[in-house]
Amino acid sequence: MTSIKRILADLSVFRHEYLRNRTGFFFALVFPVILIVIFGAIFSGGSSGPITVYAQNRDTGQFGTNFLHVMNSTNVTQIIVIPNNESLTDYLQSKSGGIGLYIPANFSSDILSGSKVNITVFSNPTDTSGIGVFELVTGVANYFNLERVGATPVIGLQSQSVVSKSYTYIDYLVPGLIGFSILTSPMFSMVNISSEYKKSKFFKQLSLTPLTKGEWLTSKVIWYVLLSIISFFLMTFFGRVLFQAQITINAAVVPFLVIGPLFFVSLGMLVGTVTKSVESAGVVGNIITFPMMFLSGTFFPISEMPTYLQEFAHVLPLFYLIEGLNNVMVYGNYSQALVDIAVLIVLSAVVFVLAVRFFKWRED
Amino acid sequence: MSAIEVTSLKKHYGQLKAVDDISFSVQNGDIFSLLGPNGAGKTTTVEILEGLRERDTGDVKVLGMDPWKEGYTLHRRIGVIPQGFRFFDKSTPIEAVKYYAELFEAKVDPDTIIKEVTLEDSKNTIFENLSGGQKQKVGLALALVNSPELLFLDEPTTGLDPQARRTMWAVIRSLKREGRSILLTTHYLEEAQILADKVAIMNKGKIIAAGSPQELIDRYGSGKRQVMVSDTLEDVFVKLVGAPIEDEGEIVKAS
Repeated sequence: MTSIKRILADLSVFRHEYLRNRTGFFFALVFPVILIVIFGAIFSGGSSGPITVYAQNRDTGQFGTNFLHVMNSTNVTQIIVIPNNESLTDYLQSKSGGIGLYIPANFSSDILSGSKVNITVFSNPTDTSGIGVFELVTGVANYFNLERVGATPVIGLQSQSVVSKSYTYIDYLVPGLIGFSILTSPMFSMVNISSEYKKSKFFKQLSLTPLTKGEWLTSKVIWYVLLSIISFFLMTFFGRVLFQAQITINAAVVPFLVIGPLFFVSLGMLVGTVTKSVESAGVVGNIITFPMMFLSGTFFPISEMPTYLQEFAHVLPLFYLIEGLNNVMVYGNYSQALVDIAVLIVLSAVVFVLAVRFFKWRED
Repeated sequence: MSAIEVTSLKKHYGQLKAVDDISFSVQNGDIFSLLGPNGAGKTTTVEILEGLRERDTGDVKVLGMDPWKEGYTLHRRIGVIPQGFRFFDKSTPIEAVKYYAELFEAKVDPDTIIKEVTLEDSKNTIFENLSGGQKQKVGLALALVNSPELLFLDEPTTGLDPQARRTMWAVIRSLKREGRSILLTTHYLEEAQILADKVAIMNKGKIIAAGSPQELIDRYGSGKRQVMVSDTLEDVFVKLVGAPIEDEGEIVKAS
């Protein structure tokens, strides 16, 4: 019969084992905070400011200046005019391939005479903001073309966001990193513990006490649930205080903070149990953990990945954990979160049963 | 009644006959020593008796129970120091004893047990920082938590320095005086000679000789008698480093 007292006793020694080992403590709680600070600092606010465009205006008339004025007034770009005696391409290279705009000398006169004239946009193919600038220049040029012939635009544009508020990268990063810590800390630790305890016959030793393997596994699950809750509050705190992350804290995160650790403790246990040595357990553990870490939407939304990788992400359990946390904490999409938690519950039940089945206290 | 009854026990791993048809019994209150070289089958035998391994054939009764089928009940009445005993690296001996006491729901005073195995000075040192001898004493302390009637000590002094071994011997003798039965495996012959009431020598899975140490010496010895005119080198070593010397079951300080 399962004894709460034995589970708590085992939890207590495991807590000592964990907290007195600075490495485990660091990777479970400190490392994800460092990640949130680094990623937050790199990406927060980067997309909300205007894109800098270095413009060279050789036009002798007024239209060139007017064109740049319209570009600036959109607030999408910030135009920095460089002197005409400099080479624009050299200047852009000195700015590590920034975006450039070249207006030729005959711009105004050609417009007035009706001759075709080109504006040149320089951009770095690796910089996606160049596409936005190109589209903007096209739009402004069309406006000038219509003005010239005195036409009135028929189709208007009205912009409306599909979500009720605008999200930043950090809003997305906080649930991602909570998922990251729920994945990594039980996986790395349980794979190692279960293979090492098996090798050193420590499980056999524990089997000589009244502690059952179910109780042993339960105490590990409880410990990692506690860690995931602490991690949740740490991430939320730093995300909000340092980067003004717009994330919601409500009771709907609780199932994810419980089922997530249950799944990864069981999976780590299963890997450590079915592999033959501590070394092979480590390799298999890494093969499972690393692709999941990068392809489940931890650091960036999976919608930015190629279609085949997006499809692959849907077979990764961490994807459902992170998507669920996002649905609860960021989008408030509870119906989809229910699907995510349902998937996780089914997966956890399967893996937990397999882990208990293959995990042996004693030998035949 | 015997603490342990083994009849025609066999355990094979493929072609390897790890335990090959052995029989023996351990009387209540005796120290029974299983001797033999590495690979003789001692640990396999002990693990079968502890309920950690399933036997192929034969009859085994430990405290009247089948250790494989009734292991969970049996474990509450036996104490074990497994070969290569280990504990959680970051826990102290006193925490270890408290942990086992909670698991066994045993109402014991952890400090009394720590004192019984002479571990008072390092009771708050984490396990990974203990010496080999101190670690084995933690094992012994844990084996005592549930006040076992029968103890399995699988090579409890392997790798220990002479003074640590002698301290361990003192504790084992005091356990015998308390009326507990002990099954001791060792490959130190003098250890068996000093401690055991009965010994069985195993080789290649079989028991090749059994009896009291003196009976075996009488039966298989050369008959030559040697007059000891001095202590052994081990006695001198222990005296020089000032370790506690076990003398007829008492711990006395060497002068």
